[in-house]
Amino acid sequence: MGLLDRLDKPYETGGIVLGTLEDILNWGRSKSDWYLHFGLACCAIEFMSMNASHFDFMRFGIIPRATPRQADFIMITGTVTLKMAERIQRLWEQMAEPKYCMSVGSCSNSGGPYWQYGYHVLKGVDRIIPVHVYVPGCPPRPEAMEEGMIKLQKLIDQQAIFRKRERLAEEGKISIDK
Amino acid sequence: MTIEEIHHSLKEKFGEFIGELVVNPPSDSYINVEAEKLLDVCFELRDNPDFAFDYLMCLSGVEFQEQLMVVYHLCSMSKNHKVVLKASLPKDNLKISSVERVWRSADWHEREAYDLFGIIFEGHHNLIRILLPYDWEGYPLRKDYKEPETYHGIKVPY
Amino acid sequence: MTTKEFIDIDFSQIESDRMRLNVGPQHPSTHGVLRLEVELDGEVVTNVIPHIGYLHRCFEKICENMNYQQIIPYIDRMDYISAMNNELPYVIALEKLMDIKVPEKVEYIRVIMSELNRIANHQIAIATFGLDAGAFTPFLYLFRDREYILWIFEKASGARLLFNYFWVGGLANDVYPTFKEDVLTIVHQVRKTIKEIEDLLIYNKIFIDRTANVGILPLDVAISYGCSGPVLRGSGMQFDLRKNEPYSIYERFDFEIPFGKGEVGTVGDCWDRNIVRVREIEQSCRIIEQAIAQMPNDGDVQSAIPKKVRPPKGEIYFRTENPKGELGFYIISDGKDKPHRVKARGPSFVNLSVLPEIAKGYLFADLIVILGSIDIVLGEVDR
Repeated sequence: MGLLDRLDKPYETGGIVLGTLEDILNWGRSKSDWYLHFGLACCAIEFMSMNASHFDFMRFGIIPRATPRQADFIMITGTVTLKMAERIQRLWEQMAEPKYCMSVGSCSNSGGPYWQYGYHVLKGVDRIIPVHVYVPGCPPRPEAMEEGMIKLQKLIDQQAIFRKRERLAEEGKISIDK
Repeated sequence: MTIEEIHHSLKEKFGEFIGELVVNPPSDSYINVEAEKLLDVCFELRDNPDFAFDYLMCLSGVEFQEQLMVVYHLCSMSKNHKVVLKASLPKDNLKISSVERVWRSADWHEREAYDLFGIIFEGHHNLIRILLPYDWEGYPLRKDYKEPETYHGIKVPY
Repeated sequence: MTTKEFIDIDFSQIESDRMRLNVGPQHPSTHGVLRLEVELDGEVVTNVIPHIGYLHRCFEKICENMNYQQIIPYIDRMDYISAMNNELPYVIALEKLMDIKVPEKVEYIRVIMSELNRIANHQIAIATFGLDAGAFTPFLYLFRDREYILWIFEKASGARLLFNYFWVGGLANDVYPTFKEDVLTIVHQVRKTIKEIEDLLIYNKIFIDRTANVGILPLDVAISYGCSGPVLRGSGMQFDLRKNEPYSIYERFDFEIPFGKGEVGTVGDCWDRNIVRVREIEQSCRIIEQAIAQMPNDGDVQSAIPKKVRPPKGEIYFRTENPKGELGFYIISDGKDKPHRVKARGPSFVNLSVLPEIAKGYLFADLIVILGSIDIVLGEVDR
């Protein structure tokens, strides 16, 4: 689907790739994602190893951002508590579209080991914001986070970005006057 | 000093306000103290050079049947001895004097005990919740605590 | 939300030259989810109010509803950087209460694992402290080494970060055959890197200028606030529970307690607290080498594990020397399968409470350095 796949069947003598504008845009978007890191607990320590020399997360073309306004996706790494939940919601609302969310670790997926007696733990971050990629594990290995990142890149690669309003109107989510 | 000697000298000074010494190895021995005299006992334990308890290791609230207890684990850095004090509070009158003026580390420990058990430490300069949100209701570590259904519109149980 | 309780603004006397700044709860240099309310006069910090609890995971409530063995994974998740050290006081406390004598081999493996984890913890502490002071390279060096230590843990226990390896009366499983050689190789590597770090970071002029004479913590204040670990030792007191109150088999090893002497500044400044950690890595290496030499080869690590962990009625407070300070568990048993109460006295919780005392009067940039020098883990602060 993506632009790189089209390199296999180039136009006539090669050197020219025919594709859509959407392909180029998606290729650029998926290979240079900037993330807002929301390190909360144990998974954040694995995430630190991820950024260090062995795993080198930046090879995915991603750069950490400290502000939601410049971020393409948010990484929730760790247990979300009720005291924290409203802040995550607010940061998510501050991010500019198109935006994605990656939930790392069992705690942010579903409450993890705290699901039963954790009176102060939010049982899954998807109760407050939409999640695009779930990475299971307690904590997930850095390889698992890399796999999650590849999944997110594929998701962005295959996204239809044009005529969004019309598509939504077909699904009946919004109404537009023609 | 052993805990027996500490108990003996405290008993001489404070009389009936010092309860019995409970010895039950292998578990820790502890001294029961009446809640209203606790602050004086603590000052004595810190300032008397024989005791010199300058380090509060741990302060915990405990619910035990019909009463709540505050347990103080003390240690002396210079003399290298330890003591455990216990003060019982009835559930309808959860008030005890704060030992924040004796050991500064009691500040956060007491706020935590207030947060989770609802024990009121009189004389504490800033007795507000520390771990839970400031508008949380109830005291979670009590045995009869019920998890709230929602918090700020977010569903809490799984 | 009711914010009135803690920010009380009296509008009749608003000070225009003081500013209130909110740092966190999600800020790259607050080491997790700590929120600081800072009052600034220009750039000088006049007051700091820490707000904690953003990672309160109900540890103590969960303990009351779990079996004794089931609690161990939750203890791992308290101080997730040094999980092996966390398990140690809990299992020793229960062994004391139940009167279990564990085999020699188990004791040695526990000591080796704890010391390796202490090294890993201090590596993170020094690395992030360097980051706080503006040095990025040592972070990469130290994390490279830490990864080797995690490989050993992974081979032995199956997990990289949270192990559930120490059980009451024994270990989850025996170590693998080439364990001793692997550990010695890593000790060699750690020593080499620490030398590099000393040249690169510790005795660097810029680093000394940033950290010496900053955040001075006098000894009497440290004791009154209940500080422990490198924070207490950085203030010049030679107090280490491994030496002063030996538990497990620590009395068999020959090692020193590093403490702050004010080599480049005043006793008890940030540089002192950091150098204590650097030197403790060397001491841990020494302990590991001795333990590897003395460790018996055969022995069943699971021979003393009881079928059912059901301690008799009673209570115990047991404390050990965590990398961050004194970690104590106060366990009350009422003779059932589940504990009546487990209270964890986390060193980070107590050490953090001294921050308002030592941060006043320094610049805002120094506040970040001071916080980094205390070395907190929010999982343990909030539990």
